[in-house]
Amino acid sequence: MWGFVLRRLVWMVPTLIVISIISFIIIQLPPGDYLSSYIARLEALGTTVDQATIDALRLRYGLNDPIWVQYFKWLGNIVFDGNFGYSFEWRLPVSQLIIERLPTTFLVATCSLLFAWSVALPIGIFSAVKQYSLGDYFFTILGFLGLGIPNFMLALTFLYISNRYFGLSIGGLFSPQYLNAPWSLDKFIDLLSHLWIPVVIVGTAGTAGLIRITRANVLDELRKPYVETARSKGLHPMLLILKYPVRIALNPFVSSMGFILPGMISGEVIVSIVLNLPTTGPLLYAALLSQDTYLAGAFVLMLAVLTVIGVLISDILLAWLDPRIRLS
Amino acid sequence: MSVTAKPLPIGGGSVRGAPVESPLTLMWYKFRAHRLAVASIWVIAALYLTAIFANWIAPFDPESRTGLPFSPPSWPTVMVDGEFVWPPVAFGVSQQLDRKTFKRVYAIDTSKRYPVQLFIAGDRHSWFGLFPTDMHLFGVDKGGAFFLMGTDSLGRDVFSRMVYGSRISLSIGLVGVAISLVLGVILGGISGYFGGWVDLAVQRLIEIIQCFPSIPLWMALAAALPHDWTTIQVYFGITVILSLVGWTDLARVVRGRFLSLREEDFVMAARLAGASEARIIGKHLLPSFMSHIIASVTLSIPSMILAETALSFLGIGLTPPALSWGVLLQDAQNVNTLATAPWLLLPGALVIVTVLAFNFLGDGLRDAADPFSRESFK
Repeated sequence: MWGFVLRRLVWMVPTLIVISIISFIIIQLPPGDYLSSYIARLEALGTTVDQATIDALRLRYGLNDPIWVQYFKWLGNIVFDGNFGYSFEWRLPVSQLIIERLPTTFLVATCSLLFAWSVALPIGIFSAVKQYSLGDYFFTILGFLGLGIPNFMLALTFLYISNRYFGLSIGGLFSPQYLNAPWSLDKFIDLLSHLWIPVVIVGTAGTAGLIRITRANVLDELRKPYVETARSKGLHPMLLILKYPVRIALNPFVSSMGFILPGMISGEVIVSIVLNLPTTGPLLYAALLSQDTYLAGAFVLMLAVLTVIGVLISDILLAWLDPRIRLS
Repeated sequence: MSVTAKPLPIGGGSVRGAPVESPLTLMWYKFRAHRLAVASIWVIAALYLTAIFANWIAPFDPESRTGLPFSPPSWPTVMVDGEFVWPPVAFGVSQQLDRKTFKRVYAIDTSKRYPVQLFIAGDRHSWFGLFPTDMHLFGVDKGGAFFLMGTDSLGRDVFSRMVYGSRISLSIGLVGVAISLVLGVILGGISGYFGGWVDLAVQRLIEIIQCFPSIPLWMALAAALPHDWTTIQVYFGITVILSLVGWTDLARVVRGRFLSLREEDFVMAARLAGASEARIIGKHLLPSFMSHIIASVTLSIPSMILAETALSFLGIGLTPPALSWGVLLQDAQNVNTLATAPWLLLPGALVIVTVLAFNFLGDGLRDAADPFSRESFK
């Protein structure tokens, strides 16, 4: 088991390097460097910037270095100092902005994942056991609808319905009075009352796929002879299903986390822009529009890195559940 | 009693009375059993025909302002005062300003009736610059108007805009998938053919790309497209960005099929019979994984369409004057507009229908791709 974990950890290194290169490319992509857009902004405000200051700044940020030196400096700062650069839009270190926003994104994404799982598992089992029943068709269609409706459309519809019929504003994660309040039970309840909306919206997209995976796996198991044997021996049907086929069908459930988690993060980003949640979405969006490149690059980097870690955890979990994987 | 030896029929015909069908026929039988997939073909065909002949089908020019902003959807009716009329008629509409709320109110004037006509003159248009004409598939005489999906804030007909927008929305999926397919077949083929460390490297790359959250990546890349690009350039820029992620699934399918087919007996038989490598690939391998590729391609079109819609909706994909369903949904971005004109969400319904149709079709094709498996659909 430990050998497996170690192997996976070593495998992560090239992945992380590629991710960092992609993020660095994103920082470098917009025309000009961030300093020129910073200077353009200063000049738009009426401040004149003399050439000496510009040169000093270029030197300080190492913009005259070859591109790969810049990359290693950028990466070195992150790895050794936790320094992601400076956001010119917010006049704050990027790390500070990221720390505020990343946890909420992962809170919403994780809750969405749990939601999708807890909805998909019973439905998947039901659809398999009662194959081609009315309920099976109903849930299949419902799942497909969840797959077909873009996340942001669902968010907009929620916004519209709550505004039109309940007169509520559902944006944000907290009511105004709790926004800056210290943590308390009331604040937690308030959070939950806001949290379920993005969780349901983001979760529905992943549910359809999970239902189909569960259904297919349980169906495969149900056809195996041991099920017949157990049934002929008079084992209670419910107990039989829950004890054997479902347990085996659970494995792909865990492994599917690898491709569902990135989707959840993606969904969270776009839904939070529509609902204006205090997560990465709106900030990343604003950073991209104002070419606040260091902030945008850092967000993309951290979202990807944390997703990779999430996938790693799911792999380890799977290996722990299924010895065939860790021994192969 | 004499027994005449007959040669065994090859391909078609029958063996000992049992009919032998070609794999293609078997696929068709299997595909036909998936009724949703068959229905989806019609839906998709209708959508693409609408996109191709958008300029005739749309009753208005997508940019023409009718002077009736935020007019709710109105449909011609066949029942007037309890009597059946044919052709259907659209009533006259007059607008007033509510003096209390300063909202526009549209009143229906049943005394003015405009019968719906086919092939009627309207805004001038042309088919991609060819065949200039002013003929529209349907409409009413000048003075009257009906808006199947309402109008937007500038009084433009949402239905016409949706019809025109389908050109970009529906084609971006095809172009994007075509680029992904080329990338996927090349990289997947190389991966499966060479094996060893090349295979390992390509597989790792695919894994890395697949665990990248795609929306943030797409957003970052799309936002970096130069602002002075023309619509056409942005269009291809976006498709290339979407394909950068989209090729991975196809590469996996190609590689998987390649690896499993390489070991098949019929490939060995062909090789022993002295077939050249090119003949084996072209005559034996390609037909047997073509069906799988077609199914995977169909299944990856909807995610492209969804991605374009999401990016354009956020304003970092295509932007007006380009028209796509995502661009139209930009108008529905804030709650206040939605509260006044919920019909601005209707382009989203079209997205859902399209995505579902492609999913069902892909599902049916995937089941049919392997006509020899005993598994029925689902």
